Amino acid sequence: MSATLTTPPVSTQPPAEHRPTYLNITKTIGSWLLTLDHKRICLLYLLSIALFFSIGGFAAMLVRLELLTPAGDFLTADGYNKAFTLHGIMMVFFFLIPSIPATMGNFLVPIMVGAKDVAFPRLNLMSWYVFMFGSVLAITSVLLGGVDTGWTFYTPYSSTYSNSAVTFAALGAFVAGFSSILTGLNFMVTIHKMRAPGLTWFRLPLFMWAIYSTSVIQILGTPVVAITLVMVALERTLQFGFFDPKLGGDPILFQHLFWFYSHPAVYIMILPALGVISEVISAMSRRKVYGYTFVAMSSVAIAIISFIVWGHHMFTSGQSVYAGMVFSFLTFLVAIPSAIKVFNWLGTMYQGSISFATPMIYALGFLGLFAVGGLTGLFLAAMGTDLHMHDTYFVVAHFHYIMVGGAVMGFYAGLHYWWPKITGRAYPEFLGQVAGTLMFFGFNFTFFPQFLVGYLGMPRRYHAYPAEMQVFNILSSVGASILAIAYILPAIYLAWSFFYGKRVGDNPWEAKGLEWEIPSPPPTENFLKPVVVTEEPYTYTKEAH
Amino acid sequence: MWKDFPLFPEAASTSARDVDLLYFFIVAINVIFTIGVFAVAVYFAIKYRRKNEHEIPPQPGHSTLFEVVSSAVPTVIVMIIFGWGTWLFYVNYIPPKGAMDIFVVGKQWMWKLQHPEGHREINELHIPVGQTVKLTMTTEDVLHSFYVPAFRTKKDVVPGHYTTLWFTPNKVGKYHLFCAEYCGTQHSGMIGWVHVMEPADYEAWLQGTVRGETMSQAGERLFGRLGCNTCHKADNSGRCPTLENVFNEPVRLANGQTVTADEAYLRESILKPTAKVVAGYQNQEMPSFQGQVSEDNVLQLVAYIKSLKKQPEVKK
Repeated sequence: MSATLTTPPVSTQPPAEHRPTYLNITKTIGSWLLTLDHKRICLLYLLSIALFFSIGGFAAMLVRLELLTPAGDFLTADGYNKAFTLHGIMMVFFFLIPSIPATMGNFLVPIMVGAKDVAFPRLNLMSWYVFMFGSVLAITSVLLGGVDTGWTFYTPYSSTYSNSAVTFAALGAFVAGFSSILTGLNFMVTIHKMRAPGLTWFRLPLFMWAIYSTSVIQILGTPVVAITLVMVALERTLQFGFFDPKLGGDPILFQHLFWFYSHPAVYIMILPALGVISEVISAMSRRKVYGYTFVAMSSVAIAIISFIVWGHHMFTSGQSVYAGMVFSFLTFLVAIPSAIKVFNWLGTMYQGSISFATPMIYALGFLGLFAVGGLTGLFLAAMGTDLHMHDTYFVVAHFHYIMVGGAVMGFYAGLHYWWPKITGRAYPEFLGQVAGTLMFFGFNFTFFPQFLVGYLGMPRRYHAYPAEMQVFNILSSVGASILAIAYILPAIYLAWSFFYGKRVGDNPWEAKGLEWEIPSPPPTENFLKPVVVTEEPYTYTKEAH
Repeated sequence: MWKDFPLFPEAASTSARDVDLLYFFIVAINVIFTIGVFAVAVYFAIKYRRKNEHEIPPQPGHSTLFEVVSSAVPTVIVMIIFGWGTWLFYVNYIPPKGAMDIFVVGKQWMWKLQHPEGHREINELHIPVGQTVKLTMTTEDVLHSFYVPAFRTKKDVVPGHYTTLWFTPNKVGKYHLFCAEYCGTQHSGMIGWVHVMEPADYEAWLQGTVRGETMSQAGERLFGRLGCNTCHKADNSGRCPTLENVFNEPVRLANGQTVTADEAYLRESILKPTAKVVAGYQNQEMPSFQGQVSEDNVLQLVAYIKSLKKQPEVKK
């Protein structure tokens, strides 16, 4: 989107090392740990979630090593159960949910609305501390011997039977939930109240629509899972009878409460990635996003429908057949706005000027993987086939295609796209393209075989499995090592580029958007003069450059 | 099919082929759209690749036709799959008449199965081919899920509830039985085999195994041992309602509601007698048997109460 001009043209800017930027204005550790600057808080989150991603990834490697052979011979049964639980809890609560909103959202929400900071900068810093406190609780549960309930904490196993440190892990997720609520609240208020003059709702970049929709889910859904986890902790410690029938409770109640949040939570993970992909495809094709209003509204539609589909996790639980039918129907509705987005992205690329820079490599990979992830959801939304496939590796593959193939590819696409803005430096382009390609193939290598072994009937969370299923598991484990390399590579070259990368100009992509009209890296106050927006977003015209 | 690289589990029940058929239909949709989307994306990326660094391409207009088609096509496709999937679930939901009853109790980490005639099995189920089998299931502890991939079906086993699952095996063989709902340390060890046998072999198996008392006999013995018969008398002269001919009949409750005396109601009345009291018996205090009887025992008591119902003559 184009603003009427606020900052001097690029050429008159002094180079970044000679002017104050949010990175160099103060240098002490304290100035980072007590910063109220949304851009610095973005980097605090980036470092933290990189750590949690590594822990979760390490646990995943243990799982894949165990599953190389049919017998349970690498880890003990309890060790295996704790490894996949750690993987799930770290990746879901401490990586995927905060990933794009807390990093790129934090960096871009104020800039994309033309503001100096988020509405509540102190609350924003507090959100990070709350998040870190939650992670300390969760990691404490590992130090106390680990948790073996799976990230879903299904009762009454979690509330009565498990002998592991469930309470700490549940409290960790509970506390981290507050960070998510507060961040969502902050973004929502910022988008409502702090838009620059002329920046109407339909001039907002699509990433803002995605973040806004995500915030709605964070605010409305997270309290429910928070209460549910407290109920588990109360039943565990004080024998309140919520879920265990021996105490007068009902285990199905837990499933309803848990999925009421945790299904929408999937959209907390994927919606921001959809927003990133809209930005990246538009910039890399130098075209206005095709069907802007349709794409924006599809984010809102997905957020709303996501709240009324939770029962599709419970087709085999003994839930009423008629409830199942309604949930199945509503679940199929989600497919429609998702498909619309994909078609509109293709419409955006059509006749564009398409670059093969790293963000586009990730975006293309995203399109393929998100298509598979979304379409394989059809098998599970259909009750007749779900009966067979529920709780098998088919489900594992399906949600990894969405949450890793979709959300993580989107995360990497956005990270590379905005990296020059965040750091003022270029990442090594060729290595970026290699890592993006490797991630696409490594991902398919890892997870495609899981669809096949899932239809064959291999249940989830199995420490040992029948011998005839081994070949798929070997493929999957080999693929996982390729995937690991594809994740480690960007971590190394991005860290290097942060300190030593080549300096870039303010708008290296020649992209549209307020963030590209301010210096790279931006000054603490983002905009040096007030912003007035006069144009639609993504107005690529020949006169502009 | 490849022996070392199987892509499909064996299909051994009457509904397995139906599930596979819908599966193949959705696979076709998946293949068409995935390859379509990805191929178009890559084709555009190559065809419209950037030719010079600063070029600005033509900008998109607006096409109502594109918007209508791009929403209508997915809508029609998902509604077809919804209708098909729901129909398939529904026709496989209500068990047909004449099903053979098997009672299942899950327990960390084993499957305990009882045949009404008294045979008990652990982690193995022997059934005759062509005979519809209805499982009535519960668990002593946590959630489990009874899953036979060759039958393409599963059902969670839920503490405090009875859930049911039925299938009609149509192919003789030995098939995997898995617990599909995570249940703790030895979850992946809570597995077994379903043996689908020729009826003659099944008869031989029945003869060759030690048969204990039938479930209803065991229930009758418990009924006496627990002292149930001191209050629940056959001629309704006891302090509590008679249990003759109660099963599956409507029961008027003290609060004015009417419930059907199915397995779940009988189970609840044994474990939580005060939950739904029969009209006219508000002043009788039946003790709870929670904690005194196992889920196996409850199933036997239920089987006994069922046997107190005068059956219309069933012709075999």
